[in-house]
Amino acid sequence: MYAQMVTSEGSKARKDMTPDETAFQDRIDRNEKIEPKEWMPDGYRKTLIRQIGQHAHSEIVGQLPEGNWITRAPTLERKAILLAKVQDEAGHGLYLYCAAETLGVSRDELLEALHSGKMKYSSIFNYPTLTWADMGAVGWLVDGAAIMNQVPLQRTSYGPYARAMVRICKEESFHQRQGYDIMMRMCAGTPEQKAMAQDALNRFWYPALMMFGPSDKDSVHSAQSMAWKIKMNTNDELRQKFVDQTVPQAEYLGLTVPDPDLAWNEDKGGHDFSEPDWSEFFAVIAGNGPCNAERLGARVKAWEDGAWFRDGLMAHAAKAGERARAARHAAE
Amino acid sequence: MPSLPDMTTPNLTALAGQALADSGHVQVPAPDAGQDALVEWLQRMGDNGLILGHRLSEWCGHGPALEEDIAIANQALDLIGQCRLWLGLAAEVEGRGRDADAFAYLRDAGAFRNLLLVELPNGDFGVTLMRQFLFDAFHVELLRALKASSDSRIADIAAKAEKEVAYHLERSADLVIRLGDGTDESHRRMQDALNRLWSYTGEMFLDDAVDQAMADSGIAPLPSSLKDAWDRTVAAVLDEATLARPADGWHHKGGKKGIHTEHLGYILAEMQFLQRAYPGARW
Repeated sequence: MYAQMVTSEGSKARKDMTPDETAFQDRIDRNEKIEPKEWMPDGYRKTLIRQIGQHAHSEIVGQLPEGNWITRAPTLERKAILLAKVQDEAGHGLYLYCAAETLGVSRDELLEALHSGKMKYSSIFNYPTLTWADMGAVGWLVDGAAIMNQVPLQRTSYGPYARAMVRICKEESFHQRQGYDIMMRMCAGTPEQKAMAQDALNRFWYPALMMFGPSDKDSVHSAQSMAWKIKMNTNDELRQKFVDQTVPQAEYLGLTVPDPDLAWNEDKGGHDFSEPDWSEFFAVIAGNGPCNAERLGARVKAWEDGAWFRDGLMAHAAKAGERARAARHAAE
Repeated sequence: MPSLPDMTTPNLTALAGQALADSGHVQVPAPDAGQDALVEWLQRMGDNGLILGHRLSEWCGHGPALEEDIAIANQALDLIGQCRLWLGLAAEVEGRGRDADAFAYLRDAGAFRNLLLVELPNGDFGVTLMRQFLFDAFHVELLRALKASSDSRIADIAAKAEKEVAYHLERSADLVIRLGDGTDESHRRMQDALNRLWSYTGEMFLDDAVDQAMADSGIAPLPSSLKDAWDRTVAAVLDEATLARPADGWHHKGGKKGIHTEHLGYILAEMQFLQRAYPGARW
């Protein structure tokens, strides 16, 4: 999940709602889409800005771990596929910033909040990509976990977000397949390649599980977001679904999931598995992951180094506008 | 048949062997062009795309605005796609069992045939854009001429690539104009970029024996024949951008013959790492 621990605003019981709020909740309950110009509770708007903003930030910071291997991709085909994939992530960021803008916040404001550390991005992107197999593991596990969350979000209550998600999901499923394809090739390759693939799974398994956010019992904001249909499933439901889907895929590859307690539980019809180390999760969220400084630093640098470029374009647009006005004036 | 310089004369023994192997559907080499010269020329085409595409891909995730990040990745993808076609054809014409990847990943710097211009470091975004504009303005003229190539395989690749590169030029020219005629700082940076890159533009228009062989057989235009059109594009864009065209003087050259800048070795060290570290592995 690319949005973790989004603080939800204004949890209210129906009996405490104003007439506007009641009418709004009725629309949500009837599965109507809420559109930008329509009335919405302030808390709904703020929570969505946080969630869509965090999601957008995750897409653009998420370019970096895979961008790390574009110049080292081992074949021309792999290079083109990876570059196209990372470019897609930038495109997802663009759709999502646009969706957030419909709620009255500008892209520049959101970026400012990212750069100052006020807004977060998914913890997963603070882990390093150390070998080519990590390109496989990221596509397979990270995009796989993202899809798990994003497929239900196609039905989310806010129209622009739901529509952005439809497009994003189509591309994400291609991303996951390309990641799995890299893993298949590595696992069918030399002993070194297979070892790289196992090592990548070892390093990305628990961080991928963390992507769904803390356990439901510790997730205080879920209830309101679910009532608003901004969040469609609980963290634990999605995590369980992810594990159940991924374990057979790992078996097919001949890889071992790094969890000695992983076992099929006939009664619940799903796997039992170990929780990730949540203290590590909170440390990463707090800025102490292996790559937090590099990732945010790279984004800030890109933004600051690009200031003259953006200013130049704005200045030219102003000049061109001025010249057009002068020409019109002269013609009159 | 006009005679060719020794270094581009086809290896007749190899050709005869090939013809024997292909007996029944003998492939006739393009008239008057040695296969070696053709392979050499195709590598020039492929390597320009490969190396410039590589340089552009370095920006992915680091662009000055999201739209630029996406656009520059697109151009990198176009160029890498074109490189696969050119090097694939080089491999086919060469007929020694290599493929495009073998050309990209298993040659050392001295065997690369790209222009020096495209291997220069990205610099700031202004240098990247100016390098792109100077190359695009040449590249589009080259591809337009190649659409009339006597070799239909080359004409086909050129027709596809020309559409992409026409858009590259539209975009790079537009940005050069906007930034040249933007703020004082953007103007200064674009002028600096132009001054720095100018001495690498001459190599695009130098003719050598390979080019002559290609021209003689109607495969490709002489690079020097593209210069007037390039000059016109560059003059018009620089004028609108309020940028001063640097004086023509010394021009660096060597890329087309495999004498490169120090930068290419580092590009290859990075690009070829996996193929070199794990020989024979499939990815």
